[in-house]
Parts: sequence; structure tokens; C-alpha cells
Amino acid sequence: MNTLEIQGLQTHFFTRDGVAPAVDGVSFTLGRGRVLGLVGESGSGKSVSGFSIMGLVDPPGRVVGGSILFQGRELLGLPESAMRQLRGNRIAMVFQDPMMTLNPVLRVDAQMIEAVRAHRSVSRRAARVQARDALAAMGIASPEERLRAYPHQLSGGMRQRVAIAIAMLHKPDLIIADEPTTALDVTIQAQILSEVQQMVVAHGTSLIWITHDLSVVAGLADDIAVMYAGSIVEQGTVDAVLDYPQHPYTAGLIDSLPSLNSRGGRLRQIPGMTPDLLNLPVGCAFAGRCTRATDLCKTMPALAPISAGADPAQGVHLVRCFYPGRGADVRVETAA
Amino acid sequence: MNDTVTQAHTATVPLVELRGVSQRFGERRDAALTRWLREHHVLPQQAITHALDQVDLTIMPGEVLGLVGESGCGKSTLGRIAAGLLTPSEGEVRVSGKLLGSMNAVEHKAARLAIQMIFQDPYSSLNPRLRVGDIVGEAPRVHDLVGRTELADYVAQQLRRAGLDPAAADRYPHQFSGGQRQRIGIARALAVNPAMLVCDESVAALDVSIQAQVLNLFIDLREQLNLTYLFISHDLGVIEQVSDRVVVMYLGRVVESGAVDEIFNHPNHPYTQTLLAEIPRLDVRRRRFTAIRGEMPSPLAPPGGCHFHPRCAHAMPRCKTEVPRLRGIAIAHQSACHLNDTL
Repeated sequence: MNTLEIQGLQTHFFTRDGVAPAVDGVSFTLGRGRVLGLVGESGSGKSVSGFSIMGLVDPPGRVVGGSILFQGRELLGLPESAMRQLRGNRIAMVFQDPMMTLNPVLRVDAQMIEAVRAHRSVSRRAARVQARDALAAMGIASPEERLRAYPHQLSGGMRQRVAIAIAMLHKPDLIIADEPTTALDVTIQAQILSEVQQMVVAHGTSLIWITHDLSVVAGLADDIAVMYAGSIVEQGTVDAVLDYPQHPYTAGLIDSLPSLNSRGGRLRQIPGMTPDLLNLPVGCAFAGRCTRATDLCKTMPALAPISAGADPAQGVHLVRCFYPGRGADVRVETAA
Repeated sequence: MNDTVTQAHTATVPLVELRGVSQRFGERRDAALTRWLREHHVLPQQAITHALDQVDLTIMPGEVLGLVGESGCGKSTLGRIAAGLLTPSEGEVRVSGKLLGSMNAVEHKAARLAIQMIFQDPYSSLNPRLRVGDIVGEAPRVHDLVGRTELADYVAQQLRRAGLDPAAADRYPHQFSGGQRQRIGIARALAVNPAMLVCDESVAALDVSIQAQVLNLFIDLREQLNLTYLFISHDLGVIEQVSDRVVVMYLGRVVESGAVDEIFNHPNHPYTQTLLAEIPRLDVRRRRFTAIRGEMPSPLAPPGGCHFHPRCAHAMPRCKTEVPRLRGIAIAHQSACHLNDTL
């Protein structure tokens, strides 16, 4: 059984100025122990997708359609009491800002003991031992000392490791990590990625890593889904998507990374900006920034498998574009 | 870095030159009794942050100098000193060859205007109550760079240079996206005709596609206006892309500096090597991430000798006691590591 099966998820925000379809028809499947990189820029709906799975969407936002099956069980419409049994226990989330997890006025041990005892009837003493072991497993030196600290006494990287240790406390089946290393330095990021990777492998945890950074996902994920303006525009194995990007947005994202460009020269950039969710264009939301767009793009293309033979990589490679093309073609087009 | 300085003097005068600059935060002047009590360990020592320790930095006209390092290494402090926003606790700052402390008021103002800063956060660096036209037009008006009647045209010209629609002048900062706000900050800096921009993590808060657009704007402006840049970033990919020369900092000291190709093709200092190894790369799939040992030590109590020795795989007894000097190891390449002596 798959850990997670999402079908046609729709989360809309009902604001004073209109309805913003932050997530509009997102579908994907995540197998046990698999790592999915959910990639997109601000406003693409990647974080809201994560919040929707956790049942953490607050008004004016609301999940208005679709289905979220967690180990075969429908999460949408589940009573809050049942959701609380799962949250932090079988499904955990790590936020970009660890202070969203941590309470600034409680010592780390108090919060971790509480988190352990929320789902297990153990003594405070046993819970504390478990908390200390969880910190040690995250590669935190002198965990006993860190347990007695308040969050403000820890560095940003240390706080994030504590937050991840809390998420891992009950060895959940699914972790949703929302840009947890974006604000951190490369050496700290590497440390966290190394610990997370070991845990995922050791416990068969499924992981959704939400990020705007394709290069982090390249090293970590098995599969990639690229989101743009509330929809998945491309989806496939990490090799298929990064080596043979079919959607012009994916290709543009890869091209605008500094490391792939020549030193000192200009970067290949995607023109324009992400569209306003309250005023989405009719049809393909990327058409206004796309070099391949025609009148046909005024209708919404479906997320469909690319035709056989066009992609030598294995696995299903889906793209939402009338004019999909391999990376090589796209680069020639943008350079011309 | 001494070699570069001597070469530089024969060629042209550096635009900005820092010599032996140190910056300490939290230092207070104690009364005699307090000092005595501290010396005899009756009172605790002052908690002093050593943000910068004897840093030399030379920026030549027209070059892009990339300054890279992790949070807390002192790179932003160095940027602020270079931009004249902060007077260092110790050391000399020269702008176009003239010592900052020895300038008269007119010279000092000109030196301050010549170097402008672009900040990291496009949300907190713009006054939310001012229209964009006032944000951009304020400095040139105050400094009499342009008359009242021509101000509107002048502002429009700055906005266009930064890639914005001149109609933006009538709107407020909150009506713009992060990338556009960063362009407003750039227009504001350009409005006083600077010779140099200090960009402190200026693209760090932006999305990948917008980051590429703003980096391209910096590259274009450099060509159009012959600008000099001090480009501060923790992102090695960005530094590699824009810089001519790179300076790597660790815990308040420069550990390595050199031409961009030298640093990225032949990194010498173990810290630089570690940093480069940790950059996630698009072509490295399903990699095994490895943890570097240890954490960055606190600048309140930096380790003795080479600051990097507790985390260095090649540390020798000497590294714990003796501070390695930054010295030339190849053409246009300096490194501060004792390993270079043993070779």
C-alpha cells in the first residue's frame, strides 16, 4: 500500500478580493520510503499542499475538493480528534522556521516530553530518555545540555535539528518538510540532510521535501513534482525531470541556476513574474512567460505522460504542456 | 594580500582599502576599580564579540569582489565598514587612497555617496509610508544632485535603469513583489551616482527565477555604469557567477582570497574545500550527504590559533597555538593555512 495517495486536491483561499486557488487539482502518489521533492517558487502552492495534508489550513483557506489517502485511509473529513492522533505521531511536519514548532518560553526537554507523552503513555522520566536519544540521533552534541536549554539559547541550525528530532520522535510514516534548510548555511544544511537521509533509510519513512532549490532535491529525492500557480506542471523521477525537462518552466528553472551557467556571464532568465493567483490567466498559467506559447495555450493542458520514445528514462514522466520538449531544445530556443 | 596591494599602487589607486581592520561589539570602558576586579577574576570578563580580526581588503575600481562565508563570520560587518556605515574599532579605511578619518566634511560626504548599499531584505529596507518616487528621489534632492523641477524625470530615469516602469513612482512599496522591491532599492542606490555598490545578500530572499533576473541587472549595470561591487553572499553559486575575485571568511578572519577561477578550481584552505564540497549540485543524484564535524564556534570565545582547527581534518599541534598568516601561494591566490609551510 502506498503511504500517500492524493487525487485532485483543491485548496482555495476566500479573500475579500476574490478566491485564490492556491492548490488547484494536485495529484500524486508516494510509496513507502520514497522521497518526493515538491519544487516551486513563492505562491506556487507547494507549502499549502503540505498544510492541506496535515489538516492545518486555516480560514480564509479551505480544502474544497479532492482526496488524501494516507495508508488507504481518507484524511479529508476526518474528525479533528482522529486527526490529532495522526499528527505528530504518524505524520509529522517540519517548517522553514523552527520557531513554528518550538515554544519560546519552554525548555527543550519540557516540549519534547510533552510531544512524547501526547501519543505514548510513558513516565516523564522514560519520555525524557527518549527525547535525549532523539537529539543524539540527530547528531546533536551533548544532548543532555541541549535538553535544559531554551530555544533562544540555540543557534538557528541547532533549533532546526531539534525541530526535526521532535518530528522524528514517533518514527512517523510520513514527514512533510517545508524548506527546512533554506535559511541555513551550506555546512549546516549538509549536516541536516545527512541526518534526515539516514533516518528515512533506517525507518522506511516517506518524505515530502518542499523547496525552491532544485539542487538540494537532486541529491535527496527519488521523484520530483514541479508546481506552478497551484498546479503540478511536471512530474517524474529525479533523473527524468532534471536531465530531460519537458515543461518550459522546469527548463527555465534549471537554466537560471547560477552553477550551470558560465562564470561572469549573464544568466538565462525566465522573463516576467509569477501570475497573481486572484487574476490567473485563462488556460496555461505559464503562457505569459513562455517562448513556445500559442493560442492553443489559452486552454488548460492536461498533466499527461509524454509520448513513448521521447524519454529514454524509466518511470512515468508527466507534463502539463501542449509543446513539451527536451531540455536541449529548450536551451537552444532561449539562447536564440 | 600584500602582493596585490603593491601591484595595485603601481596600476591604479584602490577604490576601497581596509588595513588591519578589527571590529569588536559589546566592549565597554570600565572604571578603574571594575577593571582591577576583572583582572583579578573577581568580576567576569566582558562579553566581547570579535566580529572582525585584523582584516585587510582591497577593492579595485571596476572589479566585482565576492565575499563569502557562513552566518556570523563577519562578512556583513565588513560590508558595513566598507560602505562607511560603521567605524571599525581598529584599523584604517581608505576610499580612493584617502584615509576616511583625515577627510574634511565635503570629501567625507562625497566618499559616503560614492559607496551605496543594497540590503538583503527588500521588505524592511524600504519605508512603507513613502511613495517609491520619494524613496528614490529623496537622496538626490537632499544632496542637491538634481533640481526640484527635473526631479520627476530623474526619478523616472533611475526606475527605468533598474528595470521598473516609471509609473511605479506613484505607488507604495507594499504594492510590489520581492523582486520589484529589490529593484526599487537598486534605483535608490543608483540615484546618487555611486561608484560602488555593496550588495549584502541582495538576492538571498528571492525566488530562483527572480534571483536570475536581479543578478542579470547587476551584471548589466556594471557594464553600463562601470560600477564596482562588493558582493556579499553565503551562496557559492552566486559568488562564482558574478565575481572576478573572491574572499573567503571564517569567524572574523580572511582565510583565503584569489581570482574566481583559482578559488573554485584550486581551493587551498581546508575550509574553502569543505564549503565547495557541500554545494548541492544538480548533476549529483541520490548522494550520501555527509556531516562536517563540529559547529561554527562562538565569536564570543573564538578558539586559539587557526579558528578552523577544531573542525579541520588536517589540524596539527601548531594550528592550536599559532595564527596562520594570509600569504601568497600562487599568482593571484592567498591562503592562511599552516599546511602550505609543510609542503
